[in-house]
Formats: sequence, C-alpha cells, structure tokens
Amino acid sequence: MEYQVVIGLETHVELKTKSKMFCGCSADYFGLEPNTHVCPVCLGLPGALPVPNKTAIEWCVRIALALNCKISSVSKFDRKNYFYPDLPKGYQISQYDQPFGLNGWIELKDKRVRIRRVHMEEDTGKLIHADVEKNRSSLIDFNRSGVPLVEVVTEPDFENTQQVTEYLQKLRQTVRYLDVSSADMEKGDMRLEPNISLRSNTTNTTNRSNTTNDLDLPPYKVEVKNINSFRFVAKAIDEEIKRQSEILDRGETPEQETRGWDEKKGTTVSQRTKEESHDYRYFPEPDIPPVILTGDQILNIKKQIPELPDEKITRFMGKYKITDYDADILTRERSIADYFEQAVKDGSKHKLTAKQIANYIINKKPDIEKTVPAELAELILSTRGTTEISSQDLKKAIEQVLLECPKAVEDYKSGKTQVLGFITGKVRALLPPNASTEGIRELIEQALK
Amino acid sequence: MKLNELTIKEAVEGLKGKKFSSVEITKACLSQIEKHNPNINAFLTINEHAFDEAKKADEARESGSNTSLLGIPIALKDMYLTKGLRTTAASHVLENYIPQYDATVVQKLKDAGVVILGKTNHDAWAHGSSGENSDFEPTKNPWNKEYVPGGSSSGSAASVAADMAIASTGTDTGGSIRLPASFTNTVGLKPTYGLVSRYGIIAMASSLDSIGHFTKTVEDSAIYLNVTAGNDPMDATTTKNKTPNYLEDLNEGIKGLKIGVPKEYFTQGLDSNIKKNIEGAIKKFEELGAETVEISLPHTEYSLACYYIIAPSEISSNLARYDGIRYGNDRTHFGDEAVRRIILGTFTLSSGYYDAYYKKAMQVRTLIKRDFEQAFEKVDAIISPVSPTPPWKIGEKTDDPLAMYLSDALTVTANLAGIPGLAVPSGFIGDLPTGFQILGPQFSEKLLFRIGHAFEQTKERRVLDI
Repeated sequence: MEYQVVIGLETHVELKTKSKMFCGCSADYFGLEPNTHVCPVCLGLPGALPVPNKTAIEWCVRIALALNCKISSVSKFDRKNYFYPDLPKGYQISQYDQPFGLNGWIELKDKRVRIRRVHMEEDTGKLIHADVEKNRSSLIDFNRSGVPLVEVVTEPDFENTQQVTEYLQKLRQTVRYLDVSSADMEKGDMRLEPNISLRSNTTNTTNRSNTTNDLDLPPYKVEVKNINSFRFVAKAIDEEIKRQSEILDRGETPEQETRGWDEKKGTTVSQRTKEESHDYRYFPEPDIPPVILTGDQILNIKKQIPELPDEKITRFMGKYKITDYDADILTRERSIADYFEQAVKDGSKHKLTAKQIANYIINKKPDIEKTVPAELAELILSTRGTTEISSQDLKKAIEQVLLECPKAVEDYKSGKTQVLGFITGKVRALLPPNASTEGIRELIEQALK
Repeated sequence: MKLNELTIKEAVEGLKGKKFSSVEITKACLSQIEKHNPNINAFLTINEHAFDEAKKADEARESGSNTSLLGIPIALKDMYLTKGLRTTAASHVLENYIPQYDATVVQKLKDAGVVILGKTNHDAWAHGSSGENSDFEPTKNPWNKEYVPGGSSSGSAASVAADMAIASTGTDTGGSIRLPASFTNTVGLKPTYGLVSRYGIIAMASSLDSIGHFTKTVEDSAIYLNVTAGNDPMDATTTKNKTPNYLEDLNEGIKGLKIGVPKEYFTQGLDSNIKKNIEGAIKKFEELGAETVEISLPHTEYSLACYYIIAPSEISSNLARYDGIRYGNDRTHFGDEAVRRIILGTFTLSSGYYDAYYKKAMQVRTLIKRDFEQAFEKVDAIISPVSPTPPWKIGEKTDDPLAMYLSDALTVTANLAGIPGLAVPSGFIGDLPTGFQILGPQFSEKLLFRIGHAFEQTKERRVLDI
C-alpha cells in the first residue's frame, strides 16, 4: 500500500564557545586526555552550582533569530531528571516550557519547514567501554560534560529524505555562517534524531496541503536516537519507512517507541517502548534565575547576524548577474562567498566579469587558502591565453615597471622575493587584459638579475 | 570567664589587646569539646589542624594582620564543603567523602582568619527538626541532655550553647537555624535568600536554602554576616548589590519602629508557655518605644503543605547525584527520612501530578510572599514564635514524621518568601531555652540586628554551666 511519510527532526548543535555552558572550563574536548577540562561544576560535585554562559545564550538566540523564531522575553532553564552514568548531577539542565526561540521556519526549495522551538542545554560526559587491567570496564570522560548544546526541533513537516537532507544542509550552513558552531559531523557537533511515522494515503486523500495538518498525524511515532551523519539519517528513515510499511500492510499499527541506529547492521533497533519511556520530572532550575531579554538586547544580537545564504543568493544573482545555481554553490560556505566577492573586485581591474570569476571558482575549485583573490584574476587570465603578446612589448613593460618601482627592485635584491608578485601585477596592468602571460614571472626574474 | 565562653567581640578585643592568644582560645574550645562532646555529640569530625591554624593566626596578628575574625575558633555544619576535611552531610552515603574544594563561605571565613575546630552533626542532608535524623546518632541539648537541641543544625547550635565554639555555621531551608537557636539559647540568623553564597554547601532544596550562622549575641551575628554576605560569581542567585556594614545601626534603638504581630502565628497548637514568653517580649518592645500592631498573613495555614511539596521536589533532584557511582556508598545508605523525601518529591514532580502539586505549591508560594510584602507596607518588622512548642524529649516524635514536620510551621514561611529571620533567645521554660524570631523585608538584616540587639540589652546573657 502507498503511505504518506511524516517526519520531524530534532537536531543538537554543539556551540564552539570558549568555555562550557555553566562553568569556566574550556569547552574544547575533542581528542583530549580524559577528565582534563573539568571542575566541581561540570563534575556535578556536591555543592557546585551552575552559572550560565552569556555568550552561549546569545548564540542560541542568534540561531533562533536566523531560523525566524520569536524570541521569548522571559526564558528559564529547567531540570530534566534521569539517571545515566554520563550525567553527573542526575539531571540535565535544559529548557522545557520557556525556550529561547519559538515558532520559526526554514525555507527549503519547494517547502517551508516549521521550527517548533530552539533551546539551550548542556552536553553529557562520554562513556568509554574498555578493558582495564583485563577487566571489562566502563570509564567516564567528563571533558564534554557541560559543553553548550542548542537543540532545534521542527514540526513533523518533512515528507521524504530529500527534504530532510536539504534541511540539514541548510541548518549546518546557517550555524556556520553565524560562526557559532563548527558543525563538524566527524566530531559529533551535530546529532540528529528523526521521528518517523506513516499515514495511509487512502484515509487522507483530500488533505494534501503543503504543511502537514497536525490533527491528521498518525497515532504513533518512532524516534531514532543520536545519529551523527546526514547519510545515516536518510538510511534510517528509509529503513523505518520500509519496516513500518510492512507492519501497516499487515493491518497493524507500529508501536510508539525509541529506536537506535545500528551502523553495522544498517538498520534500526528497538531501545524503549512507550511503556518504558522516561518521565523526566521537569521543573524550573532553582539555581539559575529566569533569563530576561530586553528588546534592545535582542536587537543587538540581531545586528550580529551576518547576511545569510538566502539573502546572499538573491543579492549575488542581482548584483553579479549569475545564475541561482552558481549563486547557490558560491554561498555554500561564507569564506567562499567572501572570496568570490573580493575576486570580483580585484578582477574588475583586469576587466574580468563576475560570471568569469564564478565559473572559474566553481569549475577549477582553487585553493582559497593559498591563492589570494588578486592572484586569482591573473590565474584566470593566464589560462585563457587569447592574445599572444610580442616578447618585445613584454620586455618594454617589464623595464618600465622596474624603473617606476626602484623600491621593489631593491627589496627583491635584498632577498624579499615575495615582492615578485607585486611586480608581476604591475607588469600585467600594462598589458592588454586578455594577454597571455605565460612565462611572465621568469622574464621578470631574468630582468632583475 | 573561661576563654571558650567568650563572644566573638570579646575574643577579638582580647586578642587585639594581647590578653590571650588564639592558641589559648582554641585550646579552651578543644578541651571543652573533648570533655563534653562524648555526651552531646555535636561534632562529627575534629579538624586535626585547628591548633596549627590558631598558631598561624597568632603569627599573622604578630606580623600586623587584623582581619575581622582572625584567630576565632568556629565550627562548621557538615553540609559545608571543606577542602581536605571530611564532609558527610551527616549521612552514611558520604561517610568517607573528602571534598576537593572549599565552599565560598568557608573560603571567606578562612580569609577573615577563623580557626576551624571541626564539622558539626545535624539531621542527615539537613532533613529534620530535631537532629535525630543524623546517621551518626542524635545531638543532645546541652541544657538538658534528655531533650533535642532542635534541627537540622543541631550540632552547630549545641556547640555554641555548650561553649565548644565561639560561633558556628548552619543552613536554614525551613527553620534549620532558627529552631535549634531557640532551643539552645543561641542567636541564629537565616539571611535573605541570595545574600550569602550557597556555592560549595551541599544542596537540600535549592530555592529555599539560606546560609546562616549561630552566635552568642546579636552583635556577633552582625560581625559574622559582614564576612559571609555578598555577591558570589559562582552562585547565580546571589545579590548583585553591595552589602552594608551590618554593625552600623546596631545601637540605634527601636523607638518609633512599628512591629507586627501576625495573628495566624498565635492560634491553637501554640504552647501556652511559649505564648506567655513571647507576650513578654512584645511588652519589652513597647517599653523600648516600639509600636506593636496585630497584622494578618492570611495564607499562613497553607505554608507547611506548600513547603513539604517544594522542598522534597527539589531534594529528590538534588540527591540524584549520589547514585553510588562516584561517592563510595550507594543509595541503600540513605536513611529513612531522606528516602521518604526522595519518594515524596519524585511523586510530586511526576507527569500528571506536577500541576496538582508542584505547580500549585509554587502558586501558593507567590501568595505567601505577597502576604509578607503587604504586611511590610504597614510594619517595619514582624515578631513571632519560632517553634510552636518547647524542645521535646529525644525519641518523642521519631515515629511520627508528621508531628515532626509540624514543628516547622512557623519557620518555613520566611524560606518560602525568601526573607530574613533572626532568632533571639527570650528566656527559659523550666530548664529549657526558648526564643522568638524577628522577620523583615528582603535584605533588612541591619534592621533585624538593631531590633534584636535592643532586646538583648534588656537582659543578662545566661552562660550554660555544663
């Protein structure tokens, strides 16, 4: 039978603040000696108290604003109570009914996905299962304990894995643009939890609106916990669709449960059913006063939000007359978009068009760490090789530049060879814009001897 | 007078005048402890370095140091974390726990120059009103050893009453300083919530815990608060405001002050001798020129129910970390009262019950707070009994937790409202002490000291002849 797929997503994004969420310990933990970035607070020692990290809160609000959320003027932290060895206090400080951000959205190509909430919480420690003196042991590393996490929760608006992947790419891109998270999947900076259920198409043929009507949600949902790659999320969803279809085909209803992704088997496995589900006994965290955000404070945070990909794409298409496809690729990373804009500026001196520069960046993928934007123009000109220029003209141009720039010549002779780039640029400026500049550097070097 | 019987003020003056040394006072306290602790059980741990600390304090004074508590031997409730010195919360769970850091208040006291004599007994995890819930045997009332000294800060109160320490620290979540103070003829301060840092003090109920102390006089209490009060960057709930000099108005007298007497605190259940005693105190206030007026705190009757929902809820969460993974002894080592409160609190926070219990209690809490705010528009301070009854015999209420809870009826309100309360001795019923409490608006400690001091001046301080 055909089913309509209903997917919602919870995503944890680890912030890259200097210190942890509630103490002064360094938030850097990846690959470090265990239990070296710890203190009474993140170890949950008796008597220790949490003091919230202002930057982390501001960054959480920054994310919420970028996702078009309403920002609560009064937010608070809550305790989420549960026992697990990696949770030293026996509760996690999170946010329950008054998160920083509510009711936002992300625009995908052909759909708007609603964001239910954006809230702040602390990460847990990490369990390591290893043999210690030949005994099978579970060890706890608290370096990660208390590192700030932002959780972004969507409404169940996704209908397929493509939309989920697009959303995740966009979310990752956004937090990177905001400069608040490395969003490095390898390091677990983003952890993903899709919830999936299926609705029989026949019961609902009339309601095919773009946004899912919450009242028509299936009577169950299956949550898959803690996946750390976009590819595995897609796989897990596909596996769940298959598994749940089979159950529904038999005329049964899948059980409401939490499942885990088994990477080795490439399938999901049951972890807890509804009956075993936790009662987290949320209540307001008494150790932290409510967080009040004034209109001015929110405005200030808003000002720190740079131009985001969507706006950038629109501006690039208008200003540089490039296609949306090109604009999309150029804006995937903020550093490349900035590079492109600088290269266009520098290239205009050589009468290069933005389109030419865009094409070169997209097709040749230059290493932007090594080639400065000014050099890129030269690179483009050199590869184009249109007009051959006489060696006589070239020599003349070189002589002229060397005469005009005695300081550069002197610098070069005293060993500052990097000045060669400057001289080369000057020479090129004297030549026609489309002149082939093959071997120009060598000629200058000869002339300098 | 023996050196261990001195007040802070007298001791500091004597030390300054080189009449005696800190080593001598400390020795006097330690020998008093040695002599009487086996009968009273006020101390759980004696600081082996107390003598060395006293020596250092004397040397420091010799080289010009003059910090406010330099060389004063004090005792710390065993809820206060002390680096390198065993801290048990009077529970078997933490029987062998050696903290890695000092509580902020302990650090402040050390910076002020105190000598730490040791750690005092109390109801385990500060759960109790008599001291009998200690996992290490109850503390006895030094005035009559068949009776309880009040709790939870039983050992701290007894240590000051029996002149084993010049002063001591306590925690007051629902009356745990004021009640034992009134049972032992000591002065007990429960400061405004957020005035004194909670960092490094084992949490009972985080939104109610107040960090205070026991002294022999009101003036000593003010000297002590001058050291402990103020913002702590490690405790987000502490005040950002600068704190005053609490000795400033001490001798201003109380002429012209308006003091409220809440009628709800004088209902049935109040022991007739206590009633008589406090009526005497009210008369004293009038003689001193204050005006006393009857006021109403209409939501008083709900305060105990409200407290015994909020406190256990927070307790159930705060005790979760003692899960047996990291602190030596596992959860089977919790005593009956701790288990009772963990179960109560777990229940009241459970989904489906949260709205009916915790949320409702928080709403009532707001009403109780408002009662006080409205009262303080009419009066400067409030006087009330501390305990509805005099001290009871050891064992009398241990089988009836509800009867035990009822003894907190007149003290929990100040914790729910976050206001300060000062328990001041007001005489004896038979051979057992009694006292009243002065309540004021938030951050009105200076006023409370002024009132308490004025009252205290009208009578001779009675030293226990143990």
